[in-house]
This record gives sequence, C-alpha cells and structure tokens, in this order.
Amino acid sequence: MKVLMKGNEALGEAAIRAGCVHFFGYPITPQTEVPEYLVKRLPQVGGVFVQAESEVAAINMVFGAAGVGVKCMTSSSSPGISLMAEGLSYIAACELPCVIVNIMRAGPGLGGILPSQSDYLQATRGHGHGDYQLIVLAPSTVQEAVDLMTLAFELAERYRNPVMLCADGMIGQMMEPVEFSGEGRGAPLAENDWALTGCRGRARRIVNSLYLTPELLHRHNVKLKDKYDLVAAKEQRWEVYNGEQAYDMLLVAFGTMARVCKTAIDELGQAGLRVALFRPITLNPFPLAACREAMDGASAGAPVLTVEMSMGQLVLDVKLAVAGSRSVELYGTAGGIVLSPDQVAERIRSLLGQRANPTICAQAQADGVPCPEVGRDCAICARVYAPHG
Amino acid sequence: METTEVVMAGFGGQGMLLAGKILAQASLQQGREVSWLPSYGPEMRGGTANVIVCISSKPIGSPLVESPRALMVMNLPSLEKFAPKVRRGGVIVVNSSLIKRDPRRNDCVVIQVPARELAQQAGSDKASNFVMLGAYVGATGVVPAEAIEAAIEHEFCGDKARFVAANTAAFRAGLEQARKALQGSSS
Repeated sequence: MKVLMKGNEALGEAAIRAGCVHFFGYPITPQTEVPEYLVKRLPQVGGVFVQAESEVAAINMVFGAAGVGVKCMTSSSSPGISLMAEGLSYIAACELPCVIVNIMRAGPGLGGILPSQSDYLQATRGHGHGDYQLIVLAPSTVQEAVDLMTLAFELAERYRNPVMLCADGMIGQMMEPVEFSGEGRGAPLAENDWALTGCRGRARRIVNSLYLTPELLHRHNVKLKDKYDLVAAKEQRWEVYNGEQAYDMLLVAFGTMARVCKTAIDELGQAGLRVALFRPITLNPFPLAACREAMDGASAGAPVLTVEMSMGQLVLDVKLAVAGSRSVELYGTAGGIVLSPDQVAERIRSLLGQRANPTICAQAQADGVPCPEVGRDCAICARVYAPHG
Repeated sequence: METTEVVMAGFGGQGMLLAGKILAQASLQQGREVSWLPSYGPEMRGGTANVIVCISSKPIGSPLVESPRALMVMNLPSLEKFAPKVRRGGVIVVNSSLIKRDPRRNDCVVIQVPARELAQQAGSDKASNFVMLGAYVGATGVVPAEAIEAAIEHEFCGDKARFVAANTAAFRAGLEQARKALQGSSS
C-alpha cells in the first residue's frame, strides 16, 4: 500500500526495513526529519538512537558500530558531511559496511539551507584523505530514495564499504507516495569473518587502518583498488529517458534536476523537439560507457547539456564520458535555486538554435493569437500572455 | 486526467501545508501520482508559508512549478506574489476575510471566499484552510468531495478525531461557496 511520506522520513523507515537499527547523528537542516523520525521509531523496533555531540563523534560511533558488525548509519547535510571526512576515510580503510545519507544544501561554507547538488565531487572523489572510494547513490524521487536505501545496505554489506546516498533538500522535504518492501525490522548483517564479536573460542580479529610497512600498505591499497574496480564493473546504474527514438540532443542530470529535465523534455516534445536525458543513479561508479552510448544517439554536432545545481561538477564526469567526441555545455545553478523546467527548455532551445522544429503553440493557435516566438511551447506562451499584476 | 498543480499560500499557521497534505492524500487514494513540496526557506514566526501540490495520472516530473493552474491564497503578500504567475484560464481562490484586493486576473476564474466567517459558522475558528480547500475542490472537481472527507478522517485520527466534524463542515461550506460563485458567474 502506498503511503504519503516526506523524503527524510521515508529514508528513516527504509533504513529500518533494511535492517538498520543503529543510528548516530547530529541535527542539521534540511535533513533533521531523518533523526527526528528514527528517534521515535527505533525504540519501537529495539534499536539504538544516539544524538552525538557533533558530526565528528557521530561518524566515529558509526565506525565503532560497524566494527562490531551491526548495520548502522548516519545522516547529515553538507557542512556536517564535511566534518565526517576523516572518519569515512578510516571506515573505508577498515572495509566496514555502513550507510551515510547526505541531504545536500547550498554551500560552500555554512552556505544556505536550500537544495543543492554541489557535494558531487566531494562524494564521488573520496572526500577524505587517501585512496578510497564511496559507493554513491542518487535518488530523484521519494520512492527511489526508499529503494536505494535498501540497495545501499546491500551494497555496503556485499563490498564491505561505506555507501553514501546523496539527495538534496527538495527530495528530503517533499512528500510523495511510497511503497515499502518487507515488513517491520529487516535482517541483521549475515555471519561474517571480520566483525569484532568477542574472540572466545576463535582467533582474534583486528579492525585497523594503520600499516607502517610500506609493502603491506601498498598491498592493502591494491586490494581496495581491485574492489573498486569490481564495483565499477558490476554496480553501475542509470536511466535513459525519452531515448527510445532518435533525438536532437542529450541532457545529463541526476536527482532533483533530472526530474525537472524530464518535465522540460515532455514540454519540448509537444513542440516537436526530441530531447533525451541520461540520469546516473550511481554517481560512483559513474556509468561512463552507458553515458557515452546515450550521447552517441543524439544528432551529430549537437552539444551534450549538463544540468546541475552546482557550478560545474557533474559536467567533469560527462566530459570524461564524451572524451572529446562532441561539445559539452553546462547549465549550472547555485545558492539553493532550483532551475525550472521552463528555464531548462529555454536553454535547450537556444543551444539547438536553428535546429528547432518550428511549431506554433497549439494554445496560441486555438486562441487565434500569434505565438510570441515560433517554436515555443504552451507553458511559455501561457506565462507570456498572463497579464502581470 | 491531465496534470494539474495548485499553489497554496498564506501566513505560517494558517494551515496551507496541512490543506495541501489533505489534497495530496485524497488524490493518492484516487490512484493518482502526487507531490507535495513545501517552501522551507528561513522564515520567521508569522512569515509566509506555501506548498505546491502536483496531481497527475503520470509520474510527476518537476515538483516545482512556476506557472500553476490554480492558486489558493490566505493573505495579501501571497496574492501579490503568486497571482500573476497563475496560468491563463486557471482558478484563484481568495480568502476575502483578509484580502480586500482583487487579483486583477480577468483571464482566470476568481473565487472570493469569506473563509473565516464560514469557518466560524462551521464551528471552528481555525478551519479557514478547509473552507479554502473546499472552494478549490468545488471549483475544479480535481478530486471527489468524499475523497477529501476521507482524507480528513485519515489525518485527524485518535486524539484528534474531535476535529473531524468541524473541519468537514468547513470543507463543505467552501464547496458550497464555490458552487454558488460559479453559478453566479455563468448566469
């Protein structure tokens, strides 16, 4: 049965259904409903909720809990995630499973509390020190946030690696219908040979990231690299929207911006312009080959347009995918401003320029008035015609 | 059914976010796709609060809508901010208990609702938001009235069940107000 839930609360419930009953965190807008929900729910399912004294403490509590083999998580928003960088590097080095939720807000610094995607590079490029990687998942709806939360715990356990779920303030704050799979509290971690569970009757286990012998540390890094390569080979996820037939242009966007792009694409479709969207769901590993394939489906010579709520982060991976085969344009925004479908549609039109298929807005035709600009769609006409004030 | 959107705006505390939630819940029960996106910027007590509800038979793309098909406004600042953005042919429901200014949108259906007076008659000073919701539903038929009434019961359960009667009465008063207004304009 579908229920109407806020993104943040749905993430909390999804964690419990995935078997996570240990939460450590510290409040920060716009993610506070995650701990607010869990502080109410976790005692009902025999779980543990700790409000730490800081994000630094929270991530180290996660480190400890993961080390003794319990499914655990923390959540925060951008400035709080920055504080967790050191702990995440240690957790990744020790190969411990856990989930980190980042409900991104506008930065840098204290920034603002409105939605943003400007922690893309922080999330996908390791974020703390040393050669480590997080697996990074990016939902674009509340339902997908729930589904990816389940996946996050599965991947964390399978690869013994921290997994970050990156959403933004809009997905965290909005309500949408969601359906949960499974009932009540999910299963704990499976039996394993690494968790510190007390060594009576067996050999000691050690969770440690200190390797003072260069050869041993090198070997450890090679092992991690092999794991990341395996993740990259097996776990890439993406969606192509409106790509069934030939298209004039390809957009690349994730999360909130991807759904805004879908609306823009639908509106342009009514005006006869064919535009497709490539949406990475795993930001790391980034689906480079699939992205390249989607680009190759666009009309020759048309640029690839990257739309993101940051000033040029996702676009760097898009450039890796395109590998010089065509030009890449960036439509970025910051400060918590979410681009509207109309703004995205306008940018696409201007980039396609002469390529636009001239279509007069149907509404304007029906009303017997000239469309203010040939090739514009009804939504824009409606706005232009609306008497202001 | 096509996609529709409504912006509900007023002072914080006037219940627009709750009215939006009821509308979203009712639409969900009707098998529709919905999104409920509140404004959550830094606001002081007594500041403005608004929510955008999108309802569609298809998955909702952008939950953020620049030019909604409908608007429900509780106070003057919200009217001034949002009325110019409503699409041509849209519906604007105005709380005439507080707003004495016309929205100046001859290309829209404008419904004036004395929300506070009707809420008081329905038995609750606080139910102006449900009067407004009733007028919107009455003017647009976006969901059946029964679906809203079921959603009110769903929302006000347990200790809060005592609020169901007055809120439902307020909602019905709003429906009636919209019917009268539309009859008046068509004759």
